[in-house]
Amino acid sequence: MPRKIRSPEELKKLQIELGRKANNGKVKISVCNGTACRPYGSNPVVQAFKSEIEKRGIFDKVDFRITGCHGFCERGPVAVIEPGNIFYQKIRTEDVPEIIDKTVLNNQVLDRLLFKDPEYKGAIEKLSEVGFYKHQNRILLGNNIKIDPTNIEDYIAIGGYSALAKALFDLSPEQIIDMVKQSGLRGRGGAGFPTGAKWESCKKAPGDIKYVIVNADEGDPGAYANEGLLTGNPHCVLEGLIIGAYAIGSHQGYIYVRNEYPLALKHITIAIDEARKIGLLGDNILGSGFNFNVRINRGGGAFVCGESTALMASLEGKPGEPRAKYIHTVERGLWDRPSDLNNVETWANIPLIINNGPEWFASIGTKGNTGTKIFSLTGKVNNTGLVEVPLGMKLRDIIFNIGGGIRNNKKFKAVQTGGPSGGCIPERLLDLPVNFDELTKAGSMMGSGGMIVMDEDNCMVDVARYFLTFLEEESCGKCVPCREGIRRMRQILNDICEGNGQESDIDLLKELSNHLKDSSLCALGSSAPNPVLTTIEYFLDEYKAHIIDKKCPAGVCKQLIRFFIIDEKCPGCGLCVKTCPTGAIKFMGKKKPVVLDQSKCIKCRTCYDICKMGAVGIE
Amino acid sequence: MNDKISQIIKKYNKDKSQLVSILQDLQAEYNYLPRKELEKLSKKLDIPLSQIYSMATFFKAFSLKERGKHIINVCLGTACHVRGADLILESLERQLQIKRGETTADRKFTLESVNCMGCCATGPVVKIDDEYFGHMTNDKVEPMLKNIQ
Repeated sequence: MPRKIRSPEELKKLQIELGRKANNGKVKISVCNGTACRPYGSNPVVQAFKSEIEKRGIFDKVDFRITGCHGFCERGPVAVIEPGNIFYQKIRTEDVPEIIDKTVLNNQVLDRLLFKDPEYKGAIEKLSEVGFYKHQNRILLGNNIKIDPTNIEDYIAIGGYSALAKALFDLSPEQIIDMVKQSGLRGRGGAGFPTGAKWESCKKAPGDIKYVIVNADEGDPGAYANEGLLTGNPHCVLEGLIIGAYAIGSHQGYIYVRNEYPLALKHITIAIDEARKIGLLGDNILGSGFNFNVRINRGGGAFVCGESTALMASLEGKPGEPRAKYIHTVERGLWDRPSDLNNVETWANIPLIINNGPEWFASIGTKGNTGTKIFSLTGKVNNTGLVEVPLGMKLRDIIFNIGGGIRNNKKFKAVQTGGPSGGCIPERLLDLPVNFDELTKAGSMMGSGGMIVMDEDNCMVDVARYFLTFLEEESCGKCVPCREGIRRMRQILNDICEGNGQESDIDLLKELSNHLKDSSLCALGSSAPNPVLTTIEYFLDEYKAHIIDKKCPAGVCKQLIRFFIIDEKCPGCGLCVKTCPTGAIKFMGKKKPVVLDQSKCIKCRTCYDICKMGAVGIE
Repeated sequence: MNDKISQIIKKYNKDKSQLVSILQDLQAEYNYLPRKELEKLSKKLDIPLSQIYSMATFFKAFSLKERGKHIINVCLGTACHVRGADLILESLERQLQIKRGETTADRKFTLESVNCMGCCATGPVVKIDDEYFGHMTNDKVEPMLKNIQ
């Protein structure tokens, strides 16, 4: 840990020193140990690298770095080796000695660990040429590969905190706010409110004590963009926050992190601790005379706490219930004082804007929707992971160029954006440019960047029911329209999924939706109808099939389907017999098709998933 | 004054607004929130017990019931849902013979669900204590449980 930095000159000096140290001619290995790589076993891989390097005593030849999310989670555990920009994927512990022998010590590339893009013949060596990365613009996420998030030196070495020095010494608070306004940056939490205008209102609001808050309560199920950023590069969020605090005139900040993100929590805690020790937080930051402190608060697992007023209530030690916003939080927020709350990704963009200028930022994306946005591309797409693209890119390009299309050659059905407040977008709208306004026009929203791809095997009525079940559980219960309305809508959807729907249900759902939109206290309730309304609008046929024909075309809704054995395809291997939990499938002898007893079948789908011959059918 | 609860309160400088964090630390200590400890907390922080219960029941992360040795968390986030997470939950319920939110009779496992763990790309995901299991299928459930036992 370097000693305390007391001036921008000292920071510059340290930067040069660390830059020189990093430029030491050693081979650099960056292994992802982010949350999404862990289910694939990245922890043992990291340990294998450590012990192998130690065993051989080659510290003079190699720099080993454990990093946060590289983005291409589908292929985890992943690593990048420099020089050469070599991208290895699906690494197992057994591969590690060979990586050291061949690639690190002898400059040879291991073909079997390279990514094979179905688009091209052969393997791709460089990360920058892999289709998943090639079409992105990773101004935020790109740094994740370059830094160990638990080491502030790594961040400083790539120019970290120089934006803070510039802000504190070369710019006035007004100039900073002007830059943010000119950049066109809009809030990345979902609604897309202009960040500069929000800061300005908070700055102008009367009061000596003001607060700045990082909303890292990414409760949106299926979105982990904030997690990837906070785990992989916590200092960029912190730097943005300190700059914002200086511009607004705040001396106390809060970071509200989901408790379900233990790694993000750990990394931001270390980051704050290191920044404080080095003089980038606390009193007289960099010798500028500006004081600023930060406190971390853990969430308690309530989706509604992502809403600004609910989050602030929770910060005060109260249940996270929202309040009506006749008075904006920038005037009266936390402890009734002017408070500026922004999303993790919004804060992370600030140092980039200060360093590169608002014109540079505004040149990325499209007019009115500038900069990039991180999406969590998940579901039935080939290349799942975190992707960062300029705003305005077409949905089709994200799903097919970056995402590599739909898994198992299935047919695309819909993409869900915006989480429980968003909607499902059908194939005919795939050429929609992804920005705040277009998504809203399509009945969905940006939200925190979830992008869940669904194929022909997903039932859209079931998806609508899923979101309403989620929202019913997460509704705080304070206002009646949300508490009772969502429950009624969920019950109706349940009836439809179980084959008890009536034709009048669709109109009833629409009517209830309008009530919720008009009269809910906060956005949880007013946007709750979106998943229902979009699926009704774009997939009415599926609703009708459930209601009139009592069928689930996707084969999902249990009460409307049955499993059967396709005799011609069944080789009688008995695999399904062994795995069936209720003994509903009977072995009839080798090479004879098995027999399924409908009365015992609980429709758990195990046989369907395990049969490699496609001999289990759903109707 | 050296009992666990005093240490936790001290860590947060007796700050009432840190109640969520205090309850989280308390739960980490006991695996759940024992009533006796909440009563002590109420006295020490001078917060009515009803208010502490209001917090403990509002936030999903807290449990007022004693939990098992291993906590199984099934992710029911959207990305996991579209890949069949509910079938994994049902499979766990069948094999453990308990429902979501319950603990096995031998106190070995508590089965819970969570709305997203931030590793959506590898869904469906199950987490047992600190270990993550990705790309879950029904037939992987049994061996996964056996390994823990």
